[in-house]
Amino acid sequence: MNTKTHIDQSLIKTDEMVLNMGPQHPSTHGVLRLKIHTDGEIVRKIEPIIGYLHRCFEKHCENLGYEQIVPFTDRCDYIASMHMNHGYALALERLMGIELPPRVEYIRVIVGELQRIASHLVALGTFGLDIGAITPFTWMIRDRERVLDLFEYLCGARLLYNYIWVGGVSHDLPEKFIRRTKEFLDYFTPQIDEFDQLLTFNKIFIERTADVGILPPDVAVNYGVTGPSLRGSGVNWDLRKNDSYSVYPDLEFDIPVGTGQMGSVGDCWDRYYVRMLEIRESIRIINQALKAIPAGDVHAAIPKKVRPPKGSVYSRFETARGELGYYIISDGKNIPVSLKMRSPAFCNLSVISEIAEGWMISDIIAILGSLDIVLGEIDR
Amino acid sequence: MSEIWTSTMEIFTSYGSMISLAGVAIFGVMAVNALVAVYFERKVSAFMQDRLGPMEVGIFGFTGGKNFWGGIGQTIADALKLLTKEDILPDSADKKLMILAPFIIFIGAFVTFIGVPFSSVLLVSHFNIGIFYIIAMSSVGVVGIILAGWASNNKWSLYGSLRSAAQIISYEIPAGLSLILVVVVAGSLNIHQIVEWQADHRWFIFHSPMTVLAFFIYFISGVAETNRTPFDIPEAESELVAGWMTEYSGFRWALFFLSEYANMLIISILASVVFLGGWLSPMELFSVFPDSWLILDGVWWGAFWILIKAIILIFIMMWFRWTFPRLRVDQLMHLCWKILIPFALMNLVLVCIWELV
Repeated sequence: MNTKTHIDQSLIKTDEMVLNMGPQHPSTHGVLRLKIHTDGEIVRKIEPIIGYLHRCFEKHCENLGYEQIVPFTDRCDYIASMHMNHGYALALERLMGIELPPRVEYIRVIVGELQRIASHLVALGTFGLDIGAITPFTWMIRDRERVLDLFEYLCGARLLYNYIWVGGVSHDLPEKFIRRTKEFLDYFTPQIDEFDQLLTFNKIFIERTADVGILPPDVAVNYGVTGPSLRGSGVNWDLRKNDSYSVYPDLEFDIPVGTGQMGSVGDCWDRYYVRMLEIRESIRIINQALKAIPAGDVHAAIPKKVRPPKGSVYSRFETARGELGYYIISDGKNIPVSLKMRSPAFCNLSVISEIAEGWMISDIIAILGSLDIVLGEIDR
Repeated sequence: MSEIWTSTMEIFTSYGSMISLAGVAIFGVMAVNALVAVYFERKVSAFMQDRLGPMEVGIFGFTGGKNFWGGIGQTIADALKLLTKEDILPDSADKKLMILAPFIIFIGAFVTFIGVPFSSVLLVSHFNIGIFYIIAMSSVGVVGIILAGWASNNKWSLYGSLRSAAQIISYEIPAGLSLILVVVVAGSLNIHQIVEWQADHRWFIFHSPMTVLAFFIYFISGVAETNRTPFDIPEAESELVAGWMTEYSGFRWALFFLSEYANMLIISILASVVFLGGWLSPMELFSVFPDSWLILDGVWWGAFWILIKAIILIFIMMWFRWTFPRLRVDQLMHLCWKILIPFALMNLVLVCIWELV
């Protein structure tokens, strides 16, 4: 009667399941594909697969005049376009040896820090969304809109600005810009405390993010992680201080680093909180720059023709995501021989296969969100 | 002619017709509840998030202007859209089970309403095992969830359904233990007798410190049983796309939605019946009002009070959802097995001692 007296172990053996997260998934922040080998809820191995948003940026640049490349840089990191413009302009100005009027430098710092606020608001909001908190996201997007309104008033565009040109900026500040920026900062500063109450110090949020996805400082440095993700691991490294450019040496601000306040140094909460503190520092910088901004002509140093001398330059710049590098080789013509971009989010993403193993699927989402990637910049 | 008339009347008054009448009534309640609750939720979430919510679709030419009633017809339009959508079944799905699953979930919510009172007389049936029946029937739905996740043949659905099964089965224990506490004190499973006990003595939430705790444990477990944030890990949008509902669309998905909101209503009504005095008027709590005001305790006023209490609880559930992040699956189990269940058990023992002393 009973044909099977014991359970055949080979029938119930467990196996790893390969889960394809993305390229269409609500929380991969774009068209990223994560190939996840799971054992139940536990993730054993994770491979990020990129290239779904590849637009041949670097190859395009070899056929474009230097001025024409500026709008292309916008489209790399579309969350922080000003920084991409600024990094590119900085590289060429170093190659050509252009001295900028101080007003231009101050304008660049003001819009750059406003952009940092806007970018961090998106990063923090979507991070909350990944954890499951929907309301902080809408609140942060609401305040980001006000920054975008300022940019629209400044240069007419809300996302892809093409504002910072080689040797200057496209428009001078409009008449009421300084007053409107001050009004925004007065409105926005108390909002940060509200975000803290709603999300940062929420018990469930801390449970979900503290001690999760710990990125040790040495691993971070070895992988070339930069920006808030590196500072979340307690490494005090910010190009605005360490390799200063523009008028940052004249301004007073601190570099927040992760302290392991809620868990261990370098967990998701630290990476989140560093961004929150950086928003406060950006407000400090803008307030100082608004006071110190001199008068002047913003178009004075813009060259008639951008023809850098023969040679090459590598210039780095601190964007909202980390260290943005441009390597430009020029042969003296009006188009570059080669342009290579070192994008911060690319290196930040590469560390995920190192730190995400052994965590649960929900934690993968949290870790990915805390690294704050933008696929436009990773794939270029 | 008269023979036909009498036989028709017989049919209408026969037992079977009464059952179908009750069925239609329950379905009406579920459908109206889903339409109203979805609209309410969208508006509540919108105002919490500094938005306006649905503002465009009116009903019968009534658009409501630029205030709360703007977009009052939105959920009806959404329901019509869902009913007219193409019926999609994935090729590799187990089609029979996939078609069956939404009906099991729906029936689970539907038959629970037989025991759920809307006032002292507005209920289908009150029988001796009222609370037990409600607990038993509301857990039928988990079978449908497992089937839906398995039959979809989708990895996300499988994750969602397994999470959901673990969660719902676990959280029934603290919910059940909290309700047993009330049963111990009132000495009956019958919902009528529990409310009568509260009319004679006092509302259960004011009975003792233990019942306050039991109310909170029951309510938290209830939120978890309905798979809502912060316990919405089975359908966690940012992790599992839509969990066990990923492959469903159109009418079947509408059934899931109907059942989810019906379960919210069941949990809230049960909480208000068992802990908050059911159809008793809250006016009785304050002796400042003259006795003649207690006329508010009639049959229809009873329905009014019970719905007010339930709506407040539903609003609190929505408030949770639009404020809190989501727990992780192990933290969820930790909360259930290591915090809620020990407290509920201890509570039960303490309330027995309280009753003896």
